[in-house]
Formats: sequence, C-alpha cells, structure tokens
Amino acid sequence: MFELIVLVPALPLASFLAITALGRRLGSQGAAWVACASTGIAAVISTVVAVEFIGDPPDQGFFAFEVWEWLRVGGLRAPFALHLDALSVIMTSVVTGVGFLIHLYSAEFMAGEEGYSRFFSWLNLFVGFMLVLVLAGNFVVLYLGWEGVGLCSYLLIGFWYRNPANGAAARKAFIVTRIGDVAMALGLLLIFTDLGTLDIREAMNRSAGVWPVGSDRAVAAAALLLAGAAGKSAQIPLQVWLPDAMAGPTPVSALIHAATMVTAGVYLVARTHWLFVLAPDILLVVATLGSVTMLAAGLSACVQTDIKRTLAYSTISQLGYMFLALGVGAWSAGVFHFMTHAFFKALLFLAAGAVILATQHEHDMRKLGGLARQMPFVFVTFLAGAASLAALPVLTAGFYSKDMILAGAWAAPEASRWFLGAALAGAFVTSFYSFRMVFLTFLGPARMRPHKLPGFAVGVPLGALALLSLGAGLIEIPHSLGHVSLFSSFLADALPYPPAVVPAKVELALQATATGLALAGLAAAWVVYVGFPWAAEWHATMRPLHWVHGLLRNGWGFDAVYDRVLVRPFVAATSFNRNDLIDSVFEGVGRGVAVLHVAAALTQTGRVRWYAALLAIGVIALLAVLVLP
Amino acid sequence: MSFSFPLPEHALLLAALLFAMGLAGLLARRNIVFVLMSLEVMLNAAGLALVASGHKWAQADGQVLFIVLLAVAGCEAAVGLGLVMRIHRRSRTVDSDSLDSLKG
Amino acid sequence: MGEDMLVAFYGAGAVAVLATFLAVTRAQPVHALLYLGTSLLAIAVVFYTLGAPFVAALEVVVYAGAIVVLFVFVVMMLNLGTSTTAAERSLTPPRVWIGPAALSALVLSLLVFAILTSQTRASAVQIANRKSYFALRASKDESQIENQEVPPRDVGASLYGPYFVAVELSSVLLLAGMLSAWRIARRERTSGTQEVRK
Repeated sequence: MFELIVLVPALPLASFLAITALGRRLGSQGAAWVACASTGIAAVISTVVAVEFIGDPPDQGFFAFEVWEWLRVGGLRAPFALHLDALSVIMTSVVTGVGFLIHLYSAEFMAGEEGYSRFFSWLNLFVGFMLVLVLAGNFVVLYLGWEGVGLCSYLLIGFWYRNPANGAAARKAFIVTRIGDVAMALGLLLIFTDLGTLDIREAMNRSAGVWPVGSDRAVAAAALLLAGAAGKSAQIPLQVWLPDAMAGPTPVSALIHAATMVTAGVYLVARTHWLFVLAPDILLVVATLGSVTMLAAGLSACVQTDIKRTLAYSTISQLGYMFLALGVGAWSAGVFHFMTHAFFKALLFLAAGAVILATQHEHDMRKLGGLARQMPFVFVTFLAGAASLAALPVLTAGFYSKDMILAGAWAAPEASRWFLGAALAGAFVTSFYSFRMVFLTFLGPARMRPHKLPGFAVGVPLGALALLSLGAGLIEIPHSLGHVSLFSSFLADALPYPPAVVPAKVELALQATATGLALAGLAAAWVVYVGFPWAAEWHATMRPLHWVHGLLRNGWGFDAVYDRVLVRPFVAATSFNRNDLIDSVFEGVGRGVAVLHVAAALTQTGRVRWYAALLAIGVIALLAVLVLP
Repeated sequence: MSFSFPLPEHALLLAALLFAMGLAGLLARRNIVFVLMSLEVMLNAAGLALVASGHKWAQADGQVLFIVLLAVAGCEAAVGLGLVMRIHRRSRTVDSDSLDSLKG
Repeated sequence: MGEDMLVAFYGAGAVAVLATFLAVTRAQPVHALLYLGTSLLAIAVVFYTLGAPFVAALEVVVYAGAIVVLFVFVVMMLNLGTSTTAAERSLTPPRVWIGPAALSALVLSLLVFAILTSQTRASAVQIANRKSYFALRASKDESQIENQEVPPRDVGASLYGPYFVAVELSSVLLLAGMLSAWRIARRERTSGTQEVRK
C-alpha cells in the first residue's frame, strides 16, 4: 500500500514532461488541467498514504523503498530510494496539498499571460523535485531534489524574462543558494568519508559510533550542512536573495518562497537531527542564527512599502523562528510551525496576489487602501492569515505553533533567557507588521478601485487555506488548554525528542505574555496607521529615523556590503582578465601554427633553383652524418 | 711492360671536383638550358666515379653502369630539352625564376 | 714509359676541370656548349687512362657526339642569340655565385674527406671478396689487381650475361624517352589542350 508513494513525485514530473512535449497540442486550458490534475491526484494519494500511515504504521516507524539502482561506484552505493516516515508524510501532505491549491489559483491568476503552459510545466517540475527532496532516502537523492528546486526557483523567478531585472533577481537567488549548496556538498562528502555511507538512516546508525559528541568532524559536517540549509532557507548571511525573488509571479512566491522550497533547510536540519545532536555547539549556532535573523528580518518588514517584500521579509523572519525552535531542541515544534506557516503564509501571498491582480499589479501599499469594502472575501481571508501570523490566541493555528516554540525556548538548557526574550520580541514585531499590512491595504481611504474581482479558482484556495490557517493548530494543544498532542506523538518515531515539559504556571504565563505582545503589536499598528495618522507624520519628520528606516528597508545593508566586498572585486578581476588568460594560451597555439604555416610557406618559392639548393643542403647533411666520424 | 695506371682515388677526386662545379652551375644559372647543361656535367662526373671504381677492382661492372647512365642521360636530355622548347613556345622565355606559378 | 698514363691522366684532368669551369660560367650558350664538349672529350681520355677504352669511345660517340649536339640543335632552334647573352650577363653577376659556390664547396669537402678516408673504412673481407666474373686473373698476377685494363670483351660479356636485364630496361627507357620527348615538344595544332598564356 505504501508503494503508492512512488506515484507522488512521479505524477508531477510526468506531467512536466507531458506539458513540455505536448504543450502546443494541449493548449493553455489543457496544460492547466493536466498540471492541476497531476498535483491533485498526488495530493489525494499522499492523503491516502498518510491516513494509512497514521492508522497502521509500518514496523520501526518507516517504510523504505528502492525504486531503482542508481549509483554504484567504489564504496558508494546510492539507489534511488524513497523513505517514508512521519516527517516525510507531513512534508509530502503539505507540499502536495498547498501545491494543488496554488495550481488551482494559478489557473486564474496567470490567465492570459504569455507562457502559460511553460509556467505550469515548471510549477509541476518544482513540485516533483520538492517531493523527491522530502521523500529522499539517501543524501544523493536529497541533493538531487535540492538542486532541482533551486533550478525551478531560478526558472520561475525569471519567468517574465523580457525584463532583465527579473533575470538578475533569478540569478542572484541561484548564485546565493549555490554558495550554500557547495557547503552542503562538502558536508555530504565529509559524512561519506567518515561514515562510509550516504543512506540517511544508515548514517544515523553509524554516526554515534564513529563521532564522539562534540568532535571536530561532526562539528564541521553539521556546520557545512547548516550553511546549505541557511542558503536555501534565507537565513543570515545568505538571506539577500529572497526579497528580490519577489520579482516572480505571486503563485511562485507563495509556493516556492513561502510554503515549500525555503523550508527545505528546516527539513534538512530536522532530517539530520542526529548529526546536530552530536555537535551541540552548532545547535547553539542554529538557534542564535535563527533568532538574529528573525529579529532583523522582522524589523525590516516593518518599513517595507511593497506588499510582497513585506511578506518576503516576514518569511525570512518566520524561518528564523523555525531555526530557533530546532536549535533549542524543540524539533517537533519547528516542524509544526513549518506546517502552520505554510498555510498562513501561502494564504497571505495568494490574497496579496488577488489584490495585485485586482489593482493591475500595484504592489505599493501606500497607494492601496480601503479595499475591505470592495473586496470583502479577500479581506477576510487576508485577515485570517495575518491573525495566524501574529499568533492571536486560541483561534489561530499560529498561536499553537508559536506557543510550542516558546515553551521549547523556555526549557532550553543554554542561554534560554535570551532565546525566549528574542522569541517574545519577535512576537511583538510580527504582530506589528502583519497588521500594518492589513491596515494599509484594506482599511483607510480608498485610493484605488479594483478592476477585477477574484473568481472561483482564486476563491477556493483562499478559503481552504484560511480554514487551515485557523484550524490546523488544533492537533497540538498545550496542556493548559486541554492536552492534545497528536502532532508530536505522530512525529515521535522520526524525531525522538519529546516536547519540553513546562510547568503549568509557566505555560500560562508564556501564553499570556505572547498574547499580550501580539495584541500590543496590533494596537501599535492601529495607532500608527489608522487611529492617529499624525503619529506617522511626526514619525516621518524625524531625521535620524530616516537613516534607520533606510537601513531597515535595505535589509540591513547586506546587499551593499556584498557588492563592495565580493561583487566589485570579482568584476574587476574579470575585466582584468578580459583577454582570457587561459584562452590566450590555446589561441596562442593556433596563432603559433599559423605563424609556422607562413614560415613554411616561405620555403615554397616555386623556383627550381631554390629547391635544388635545398636538395644540396640535404645532401650535405646526409653526407656529413654518414661520413664524418 | 706494366703500365702504371693512375690511382683510382685521384680519379674519384677529379670526379668530385667536376661534380661540385656542375652543382654550382646548376644552382647559379637561371637559364634552363644552362641548368640542363650543368646537370649533364654532374651526370658525367658520376659516370667518371663509376668507371674509376670499376677500374679499382678491375671489373666490368663500373663500365656497364656507365653505359646505363649514358642511356639515362640521353633520355633525360631529350625530354628536358623538349620541355624547354615547350616552355619557350608558351612564354617566350627560358628563365627558370619566372616559372614560379607553384609558389606558396 | 709507364708514366705515360699518369701524365695523360693529370693533363686530361686539368683540361677537363678548366673546360668545365668555363662551360658553366659562360654567358653565350654556344660557347658554353663547346667548352662542355671539350670537357667531355678530356674525360674520355681520362677513361682511357683508367683502362676503360670501350667507355672512352662511348663517351665520345654518345655524350659528346649526340647529347651535346642535341643541345646545340635546341639552342639554335630557340634562337637564343645575342639577346640571351645580354640577358644572361645581367642575370648572373658575380655575386650570384656566392651561395652556390659555398654549397658546392661544402659538398666537395665532404666528398674529398670521404674519398681520402675510405681506406680506413673498407673492411678486409670486402677486399678479399672482390673477384671478377671471368677468370681474368688466371693469367695475371693477383697482387696487381689494381692495375688492370678492362677490355671491351669483358664489358660486352657482362652486358649479355649478368646485366642483360639492365640492357633490356635501358632500351625500354630509351623508347619511352623518345616517345615522350617527341610528344612534349610537338607543336600543337588542332588538339584541344589549352595553352595558358602567362
């Protein structure tokens, strides 16, 4: 029964091939149908498998399936293997479910665009690769999926290729994540060298025997894998590509840069938890990196004017939350937050997309406003997503996942106060920018009239995701509110770390504090943007704050630093090597031969006397050789 | 009475000297007729060397080879001069340096 | 008395060298050919002194008598007269001779070296194996092997004996040479070959 899981990555990949090969014959409608159908069927199959998995789990908690023999060279044996355990079941369900909804949404969003079929084929290719990534049984297959989603991200960011800025953004994304990928490859090589295998489960079993806790090799391997994860998940210092990646179409931003691809880093860390446990220093780095990124990106999100850039920085910030959770040892909390984040962030992006579509690609929030009355359905769903993002109490899924992270941060052994403080500060900032978005876009005077209200294909995904954003949290409710631990107990086999035990009083205190901060953020946003606009004006006139605002808006100046330190010297070096040095060597060979040709041609004078003279010289040489002693 | 024949080595030296002079003439002259003439000088010198060598060993082989060489020289002179006439007919000159269309 | 041959040899040799030098350096074609003829006659004398009367005769008859005459005929036909002479004088100034003289001097020196050191290089076995086809030595002293005349009878016997294949091939060669010389030198009238005007 579990073998059906093979179809889950296979169907989107097959539909990619079908749309690419038969695109002309299928036409736009056909392409959309094929794409949505393949993803939909994959979603259904993954649901069926998930239900089966929950009801009747396999022995040892996982199901390994070798599809075919792929690599066998030297000591490396890497079959194309799929590994189905609780973690991958969750990831697969989320990827296919959200993926299907976004496919449906794209059918209407991208209608009339040039390259409609191309969009769907690439979207399917992405889903296929992402599923390969999360179902991978060994690191080689995982890396295949990793690179594949990177490729699709590049293709889709630069979808509107006629604008060179989009191409530049796509290249930036690809190159920055590539840096992480190289580090990850080195980490995999290290794992293979020391442990002798690239099968994930096998490596896990061997790791404790080969690497003592805190050994240099384990630390190195963990650090390298962390670098790869940081690249893909846009953590500092490799976060510069995600805000620019918003140049792609909104469904792409929703699927790739919110719900799925950027969470590949989180998945990697969760999957290789055994390695990070062997290197506790790196776990500390994970948590620190996560919290710093969370706060920095969150503050940047507060001053953005482009609605999609705000959501991009929000994504970076929430990914920081997930890394923080993983770093303090709350593994299932991190995965839980990934799931809820996928729902509400995709929802926010799709709703923003509906707004963008309706206002004919107006991204600037200062030019929007008052859309609550004109687009009520979108307003309600956006509000649901923002509430979940801000983790408003009880009703939203975000509240439960964030609460789990706070509990984990509190219970963490080292530096827990700092992490907890950072998490709480982050809660305030998150709430502030979430509701800032809501108020600027939907409330206030109407500066723009929507031209096109969203239709069925847009509305259904919005509604479904809104329900999930509100209700998905109910599978993991903390003790104080009635204890439900469906999620963490489901994950217990894959991530054998029971959630932190927090005394009831502390738990209530945490929840109260978090709620208070979220509401405070909402209130602050209200004050600044709705209630007392003069506060915003006064705010705007303070000169020193301009500099701060500018810094925050540019993402803390990372782009400028990278440009100065990395890009400009490299460009200088390449222009110095304009006449390619190595090429000149080869060209020199050609030119040398041409020179030799000219020299040799000089001997062909066409004159008999000259040839006779050459003969004579030859005779002299021969005689000399023969006769002289 | 016994004749005292000249040393074959001296004859070979004479042949070498004649050959060198013929070679110099071949390389220096531009008129094809003179070139052919120098060629005959060289062939003759080679024949002298053959006869001298045959004399050294008192065998007829040297002279026989000289006879064959005569036949070859005759044919070569005939064909060469025929070519000279052809060239002269075509371009009114017998300057070998001007016949360089196979240049390069 | 026995010195006659030596005197004849050195004298004829000197004449040959001088005549050849003149033949190669003259500008007038007929002059050069006459000097060439003289040189060939001197070489014929040298042959005689080397104990080869048959080839001496052949040299006079064939080389000086046929080939040089052929050259004279062609020169006459091409009408290479005074204009050619003047042209030749301008075309071959003394400085033209530097390179060729150097090259031929090199060749000469190598040949002389080879000749003079030949005794040290020849092996005793080769000397011992040199025997004439005919038992000519039966009546002569073997130690005197170097000073023998090779009469025409021996040459003829050799030609019709071991070397008869060479004779046949030479005759074929002569035939081929005759035909090709006739064909090449023929004046084209109605055949289709294009004469490329230079």
